[in-house]
Amino acid sequence: MTDTTATSKLIQGRTGNWEIVMGLEIHAQVASKAKLFSGAAVGFGAGPNEQVSLVDAGFPGMLPTLNGHCVEQAVKTGLGLKAQINRRSQFDRKNYFYPDLPTGYQISQLYFPIVGEGVVEVEAEDGSFFNVGIERLHLEQDAGKLIHDLSPTESFVDLNRAGTALMEIVSRPDIRSPEEAVAYVKKIRTILIYLGTCDGDMEKGNLRADVNVSVCREGQYEKFKATGDFSHLGTRCEIKNVNSFRFISQAINYEARRQIEILEDGGAIVQETRLYDPTAGETRSMRSKEEANDYRYFPDPDLLPLELEQAWIDEIKANLPELPDDKRRRLMSQYGLSQYDAVVLISEQAKADYFEAAAAGRDAKLVSNWVTNELSARLAADGKDFSESPLPPSQVAELVALIEEGVISSRIAKEVFDHVWAGEGSPRQVVEARGLVQVNDTGAIEKAVDEIIAANPDKAAAVAEKPQAIGWFVGQVMKATGGKANPASVNDILKARLGL
Amino acid sequence: MSDLTKLTLKAAVDGLKAKTFSSEEITRAFLTNIEAANPRLNAYVEVTGDKAIAMARASDARIASGTAGALEGAPLGIKDLFCTEGVQTTAGSNMLRGFVPPYESTVTANLWRDGAVMLGKLNMDEFAMGSSNETSAFGPVVNPWKSSGSNADLTPGGSSGGSASAVAADLCLAATASDTGGSIRQPAAFTGTVGIKPTYGRASRFGMVAFASSLDQAGPIAKNVEDAALLLQSMCSFDVKDSTSLDIPTPDWTQSVGQSVRGLRIGVPAEYVVDGMPAEIQALWDQGIAWLKDAGCEIVPISLPHTKYALPTYYIVAPAEASSNLARYDGMRFGHRATGTTSLTDLYESSRAEGFGAEVKRRLIIGAYVLSAGFYDAYYVKALKVRRRIAEDFDAVWDQVDAIVTPSTPSAAFALGDKQVDPLQMYLNDIFTVTANLAGLPGISVPAGLDSNGLPLGLQVIGKALDEATVFQVGAALEQAAGFTTKAERWW
Repeated sequence: MTDTTATSKLIQGRTGNWEIVMGLEIHAQVASKAKLFSGAAVGFGAGPNEQVSLVDAGFPGMLPTLNGHCVEQAVKTGLGLKAQINRRSQFDRKNYFYPDLPTGYQISQLYFPIVGEGVVEVEAEDGSFFNVGIERLHLEQDAGKLIHDLSPTESFVDLNRAGTALMEIVSRPDIRSPEEAVAYVKKIRTILIYLGTCDGDMEKGNLRADVNVSVCREGQYEKFKATGDFSHLGTRCEIKNVNSFRFISQAINYEARRQIEILEDGGAIVQETRLYDPTAGETRSMRSKEEANDYRYFPDPDLLPLELEQAWIDEIKANLPELPDDKRRRLMSQYGLSQYDAVVLISEQAKADYFEAAAAGRDAKLVSNWVTNELSARLAADGKDFSESPLPPSQVAELVALIEEGVISSRIAKEVFDHVWAGEGSPRQVVEARGLVQVNDTGAIEKAVDEIIAANPDKAAAVAEKPQAIGWFVGQVMKATGGKANPASVNDILKARLGL
Repeated sequence: MSDLTKLTLKAAVDGLKAKTFSSEEITRAFLTNIEAANPRLNAYVEVTGDKAIAMARASDARIASGTAGALEGAPLGIKDLFCTEGVQTTAGSNMLRGFVPPYESTVTANLWRDGAVMLGKLNMDEFAMGSSNETSAFGPVVNPWKSSGSNADLTPGGSSGGSASAVAADLCLAATASDTGGSIRQPAAFTGTVGIKPTYGRASRFGMVAFASSLDQAGPIAKNVEDAALLLQSMCSFDVKDSTSLDIPTPDWTQSVGQSVRGLRIGVPAEYVVDGMPAEIQALWDQGIAWLKDAGCEIVPISLPHTKYALPTYYIVAPAEASSNLARYDGMRFGHRATGTTSLTDLYESSRAEGFGAEVKRRLIIGAYVLSAGFYDAYYVKALKVRRRIAEDFDAVWDQVDAIVTPSTPSAAFALGDKQVDPLQMYLNDIFTVTANLAGLPGISVPAGLDSNGLPLGLQVIGKALDEATVFQVGAALEQAAGFTTKAERWW
């Protein structure tokens, strides 16, 4: 099994096989009404510089004061990542000049992060699982935004985002393919949304990733894993600020190919920061290690070390919502769902909640099918989330109940669903109003069967030799009964009459 | 009526409450003094006359209505490091020339809450970096004191030179100041005034232009120990806007002034005897020890072994923090901005090159250097370790002594221009004062005598963290024993 996985991750070059090794830094904006160190509001859509306090703008004599809610969110996230919560952490200043950074330093946590090592279980596309080690999670401030396209001669600064709280989640170099990278980010995003610590909105930039990519010869990664010696791995390049799943995958594919080509041409990889240009579909050098800033990190003397009470951490832990992995396991054991169904359901918290609300006392597999297929497709087409579904879970439950009771067939159920979706009433009301009740009256079915056999003696004779041809008769009977005949009864009666 | 400007803060507050005179009267008296003196002394960078009269009238109204605060109607000078809403705040720098904050520092807000009147903003070394007030972009402050037989202008010390000079020359009843390595106590010693730096965290740093965050503390410069206590207790408060502010009540320190020191144990640290210390300083110190012994104190020789590392430690920690704290002066949002620049880097470099003076640049470069990759551990981390040792030195003696007495400065006030050539000579001014900043302890300088040239000299009392009460108690005992009443002869 490990062999096949390893093989699938290999990239063939001109001179042999290569492996990709990646570590990700995910920047997740903390769900919070206020910024990390100032009372200024956080929100999307405010006018330029409308959500800026004097602290954010770095005015003389202004001091940071820590937002306790953001700390709680970080702790919650750490617990959700099954990571070590550091009861003592510290804020450090990362010093550099840029117009989007009013104080000339970003307050971050270099030396003692609030969250230490953890591990995340990620589902691969093939249904298998792989673990990604979490190295750390730390709190830091976001910077403002520069706007260059309003004037040909001037640049503008919008500080609304300056000082907003971010969680930087740093993974170990445990990610081995673009697909794994995407699956990992998706998993982190799901966990954050479950916890309510980040809204996961990648379009707004509230979740973005820096991807560290390196390539090495086949087998080198195993040596690294065995020894922890990074020299077995290649030189890495960091692709900054990738903000969609598609771009993550594209950027990695491009970057790995680029590195392999350089190495196969006898060149060497230069450690550098690169940007992914989605239009050109390529990564471009931003700055090399030599050009990199010396950030002169040191503990922020305006802030005391952050000390957390164990009891407070325990309280947060006790009140954590059910996490995706736990939910997946529970859905499988409690409802007898397959792993695939459970994984699909937990991918969105609202979807899982919807399922559970509809599944009570019903055939869970059937409910799961309706939720993940028909309803999912309709909601997606309307650009809606499960929490915004116009159809309450009780209606899906009613629809499934009608099927279970044998009132309607699955085929009719689709028709009923259409009418319910169109707002014609509950499934039961639609079935009654439109007379879609399944015909279970064997007398009526027998009559239809007899008539069709009588009218098609040649076909009836053929069935004796070719039993699959019975399907044609089933279709005819259903047609004659307006699709309302109970398919099981039709089958039974046909078989008896045709002597099968 | 006698000259109101010669009153102590306490006497003035009492007189105002008793309606012996009005706040407007005493405020106008100070404004007259300032008008006459400031062209020579250069203590004020901005006099807010109209505002002062308006505040004084409001105070008079409150006194009349019986709602007077603790400092009601008392005209004060404010070091230009404290942001004052609607009033230019420069920190002595061209970088902030013309900067008018839309907010008030917590320390000054506390004073206005208690009814004080602001006369204006006091000159200081640029960003509080200096020991002679010569680094100010507004020119040096001149000490009202003159060396006997010489007409040379002397430094009032720094960085709170404007505060010290203004108090010594009766240009305010008392003044706010700030102390990062001795910036309250050294100027107080040079001008025959009293200055105290409280325990780190007593006074909020919110709205105080930062020099070195872990060392900066606000405090008063006043005419006597009682006034210093009165003003300090108004300045101090717990402030949620400053994470390093201490959530503890502020005692009434005026109660400590005049209390017997009998039975107190006074430490005399061997390491404060430094090479090349003038005999007069040693003599003054000995005298101070003798006074306290006479007053019933037990004198205890102590050792603070890491004292000799204090100055180098200070000159790593303070510039490191400053190099980061002053990064916000980048010409982008406020303050000086260079014109005619061709790139972002050019704009940064030119704005900062033009806006900052030589001493600030020197310290910013030192600070950036000690924090830089490859040097961080050797300098900054090491300095933090030594800082801890220095604090532990003090911790180790507090079970033997209640307070420590040392000289405030290694010399009396020197002539302007004397030490400008050699920054290291200038840095030596802080040798007795930096330890209290590094350890976060309260320290007061009290005038205790005159040197052979007739210049004032000060003694320093260092106390335990949060034990300003004992510091005031011992300071007042020294003050009483010294009977220091000499004032600078008016020549301005």
